[in-house]
Amino acid sequence: MDWSAILLSLKLSSVVCGFLLLIGTPIAYWVTFSRWRWKFLVESVVALPIVLPPTVLGFYVLVGIGSQSPIGRAWAAWSGHGLAFTFEGLVIASFLYSLPFAVQPMTVAFSQVEHQLIEASSVLGASRLRTFIRIILPLSRNGVITATVLSFAHTMGEFGVVLMVGGNIPGVTRTVSIAIYDQVQSLDYAAANRTAWLLLLFSFAVLSVVYGLNRKSLAVWPLQR
Amino acid sequence: MKLSVDLQKRLSANFALDVKFSIPAGVTILFGASGSGKTTLLRCVAGLLRPDSGQIKIGDQILFDSDTRVDVPVRERKIGFLFQNLALFPHLSVAKNIEYGLDGCERTPAQQLTENILESFRVSALRNHKPNEISGGERQRVALARALVTDPRVLMLDEPLSALDYPTQSQIIEDLRAWNAARDIPILYVTHSQREVFALGERVISLENGKILSQGTPQDVLEAPTHESLAQLAGFENFFDATVVSISNDSGTMLCRLNGATTEVEVPLSRVEVGSKIRIAIRAGDIIIAGEFPRALSARNIVPARIISLRREGTMVIAEIDAGRSFEVHLTPGACESLGLKPEQQVWLVIKTHSWRLVAARMVSVRQR
Repeated sequence: MDWSAILLSLKLSSVVCGFLLLIGTPIAYWVTFSRWRWKFLVESVVALPIVLPPTVLGFYVLVGIGSQSPIGRAWAAWSGHGLAFTFEGLVIASFLYSLPFAVQPMTVAFSQVEHQLIEASSVLGASRLRTFIRIILPLSRNGVITATVLSFAHTMGEFGVVLMVGGNIPGVTRTVSIAIYDQVQSLDYAAANRTAWLLLLFSFAVLSVVYGLNRKSLAVWPLQR
Repeated sequence: MKLSVDLQKRLSANFALDVKFSIPAGVTILFGASGSGKTTLLRCVAGLLRPDSGQIKIGDQILFDSDTRVDVPVRERKIGFLFQNLALFPHLSVAKNIEYGLDGCERTPAQQLTENILESFRVSALRNHKPNEISGGERQRVALARALVTDPRVLMLDEPLSALDYPTQSQIIEDLRAWNAARDIPILYVTHSQREVFALGERVISLENGKILSQGTPQDVLEAPTHESLAQLAGFENFFDATVVSISNDSGTMLCRLNGATTEVEVPLSRVEVGSKIRIAIRAGDIIIAGEFPRALSARNIVPARIISLRREGTMVIAEIDAGRSFEVHLTPGACESLGLKPEQQVWLVIKTHSWRLVAARMVSVRQR
């Protein structure tokens, strides 16, 4: 068993998941409550990774963070090394790739909070932030858990984007799914099978949690509002 | 403290709210059918909906003014609002719901205020329950307590008691009265129930289709409804088009003939001429049925009639009676039995002159300027 790959995947997923909650929550809030008429454009951009081949996304992220790009150069000037083929680069790519899996469940959950409760909160003198923290967030608990679990699991299992942006550097960018690919390439089917089983069980457990929590509303892919 | 409202808000091509009024401290009832604009009006005052134009003031403080572009945000208006569906926070306990509006307070006084209001609305025992664990009447009290604990400058209640039985209603009304005796703030109370109008209101404003129809004491507005839509709401069942036949200035009455019939009735005098077309209304409960021709009676209208049908509804018998035109008459099952009323039977309708009301057939929309 390639434990360093498993540990790396867990680390990557945790970090990405943290950023997704931090940044995805305000995006979900904005998508739910904004009345801007071009809002659908933002929604489309967020949802792009669902339909885009991972190679396409990976390719543009690679170009975007490469040593020729402004982001790549700024990062290099600050940290002393490039972003491509590093753990940090992988975090950026995975963040973008898993963004819809964090934003969509939260958007659905936020929009299901009864509007009158939000109005009642503001009539009682609460600011938007307080209304969000005290009313919307607790009432969207299941949506937030779904978002966390899905984005964590999705990052665990990704392959194409990681290969494009991270390459295959053991201990740095070689995640579980790439390890399986390697094991198959080197005809070590027994090892591949063990790792694959682990991922399969993990995914099943994750989805059970998600569907178990959302028995009533089927919140993995509901229609948005 | 006085609430002054002058606002215009168009909601759709065929509905616009356009009202101007001011109310002093005490309970003012906002009365009208559903769709008349009551809730829209409350939402505009609370700041949940932005008027197209106008001005809203509490005392001297301007909450909204389209000319000077003042629009105080909802959370700073200090208005108590009781939503029709109460909008209690389902994940918070009763006590936490009530404390919610006391965010600016220190912790100890906030808890003290919460305890006091729980006490005065008799829900102390429920402080740790969630809203879905208590009864409808209790939820109503909690929602009211939550709105009042913040010491609002104006209180607005959107049909707060419509879902409750009568004893619970009147108890809550008493609690509300007691609370306001000490505060004396303007309370705007939306309802379409006549009983609540009489139980609560010192003043009534009636709305129809976004406009103020009439305002005054409950007696002025409901006992002498000047418009048919209001009369229907106020429980008038019988409406007739009629033509004035003769006028008696001495007795203050006039005789008119129901259109499409030969039946003539005496109604209170109004400023019309002989030959005018008018519309008159009477409550089904204000008509007496006599089994034989009554003598020595003060009532001036004794109309021969024939029973068409009798149908029991709850504790009441509804009779459909033909007296040239079809009348609806309400009587008790006991009265119906002792008179031995049956369909096709010949009877007499006895109606006092002053039980008739003249109503405007169609509402003329005059802006209340």
